[in-house]
Amino acid sequence: MSVARDRARYIGWRLAQAVPTLLLIVTLNFLLVHLAPGNAADVLAGEAGSATPQYMAVLRHEFGLDQPLYVQYLDYLRNVVSLDLGYSFREGMPVRDLIATRLGPTLLLMGTTIVLSIGLGVLLGLLAGTRPNSLRDNVISVFALVSYATPLFWVGLMLIVLFAIELRWLPTSGMVNIAAFYTGWAKVGDIARHLVLPAITLSLFYMALYVRLMRASVLEQRDMDYVVTARSKGLTERAITYRHVLRNASLPIVTMAGVQIGNLLGGSVVVETVFGWPGIGLLAYKALFARDLNLLLGVFFVAACLVILVNIVVDVIYTMLDPRIALR
Amino acid sequence: MNAFLQRFARNRAAFAGFLVLLAIVAVAIAGPSLFHAGPFELAGPPFSPPFGRYPLGTDMLGRNELAGLVYGARTSLLIGLAATLFATLLGVVIGGLAGYYGGALDHALMRVTEMFQTIPSFLFAILVVAILSPSIRTVILAIAIVSWPPMARLVRGEFRSLRNREFVQACIAMGMSDSRVILLHVLPNCVSSIIVTGSLLVATAILTESALSFLGLSDPNVMSWGFMVGAARDFLQRAWWLCAIPGVAILVTVLAINLVGDGLNDALNPRLRH
Repeated sequence: MSVARDRARYIGWRLAQAVPTLLLIVTLNFLLVHLAPGNAADVLAGEAGSATPQYMAVLRHEFGLDQPLYVQYLDYLRNVVSLDLGYSFREGMPVRDLIATRLGPTLLLMGTTIVLSIGLGVLLGLLAGTRPNSLRDNVISVFALVSYATPLFWVGLMLIVLFAIELRWLPTSGMVNIAAFYTGWAKVGDIARHLVLPAITLSLFYMALYVRLMRASVLEQRDMDYVVTARSKGLTERAITYRHVLRNASLPIVTMAGVQIGNLLGGSVVVETVFGWPGIGLLAYKALFARDLNLLLGVFFVAACLVILVNIVVDVIYTMLDPRIALR
Repeated sequence: MNAFLQRFARNRAAFAGFLVLLAIVAVAIAGPSLFHAGPFELAGPPFSPPFGRYPLGTDMLGRNELAGLVYGARTSLLIGLAATLFATLLGVVIGGLAGYYGGALDHALMRVTEMFQTIPSFLFAILVVAILSPSIRTVILAIAIVSWPPMARLVRGEFRSLRNREFVQACIAMGMSDSRVILLHVLPNCVSSIIVTGSLLVATAILTESALSFLGLSDPNVMSWGFMVGAARDFLQRAWWLCAIPGVAILVTVLAINLVGDGLNDALNPRLRH
């Protein structure tokens, strides 16, 4: 009971802490739009050159550009707080609704990537770290080193060439086969087939990061007193590794996974662009292409909110894994 | 210094990385004298395959792929180095002030650093470049703005621990000014950590630049590896090598820099070696 109450209070405290960060993001958004060459109405709508003078006048009125800067700032702030992220003139839809329809695919891709990269990263890091400088360690370490240096978009394109164009095992792009009209489990299977390549692409870099971290962490834990104790008790190396070292060595991975959420969203812009995966990353790319900056600002704001939420979830998981860390 | 060089040279991976990096720098410097016409000039028929008249073939417009690669090296290295220098400057100033003075200033600066770490950095870089319009300068600015926090945290930690060391306390007791203590006694003692972190930042900056230019956010007057991949993407089925080759260049460069960075880390912090 009291644990549940502590947890609720902790989450509330963390949400309150997120307010200044969100304020910073909104302020940065506002500053960027106003720092840009030309005025905000040009930036927000006119860059493609298709705007008529009448339309610009409407926009200027709408953005209150005749008002002093601080009034504009407060207006902008009030809009964001009431979750009004403006209107995308290119897509003909409110930005908020546009993002809402795209959030699901991104969350699916991110979730799969997190599970895949942490799972494989921890496993390979453990295999490498328990037998340092062996052939096994060297193969895994070189694989991690190369994956760590490879640009995501390039991995994606090469996987498309190999598995979609040459071997024809998997689809090149999209999330569903539009022509097939699958329902039920057939649809789930279809989405899963489309998910394979994007998820592998996005996972590779983070997996490499976790392998390196896990290997170092295992090497550090190997000489700890509790391992010596376990060994002197007569436990097998296998039991020591899987029951004791694994749990302790995984903690830095959880921390790092929380830190990487923001970067993961950045990476998904690239991966969704390569694979035509209909999430907020592809939306950001399309917004970029159409010079629809209002939509781009909205995606950035929602992505930041997502990062903050996921971080809170990660911290709660952390306290469940390691009871020594109290909820503060 | 000699001991450092010996330790570095004994690390075979780091040494190999160093040689590769040296070769890339040499090619980047020699670029304009190798290809007078520049990377955008039409050299021959489009889609010539590699290993023919043109060593790496030509792209979809008939531009010489090798020339693009050589000029791309200049762009990647320039942006990687400049963005890292800028980020390092920001990180050292912010982390140094926070670590040396502590207290409320430390608290405030570290809160800002944490906030910047929470922001989805690549998305923010996209925003900055898109709004300020793509050019070498805006790309450098955007990458620097998103990559200083780790440097600031590192410098803060080093400054905090050095601040309490006896030799620094002695300087303060002697009445030395803060700026003299910081510049002459504290900063020189964390240069090696700054170099290690900085070298790895260069690799990340090059990866970020390539991703930005892949998405079309690069200076339109400058050739870059990410742009080459992005432009060739529509012809993946017909000429996959046009995407493959610049990607390999990015991979090799980033790998070499990472190896050098790891080697520097081992050579400069021998205590940390496993």
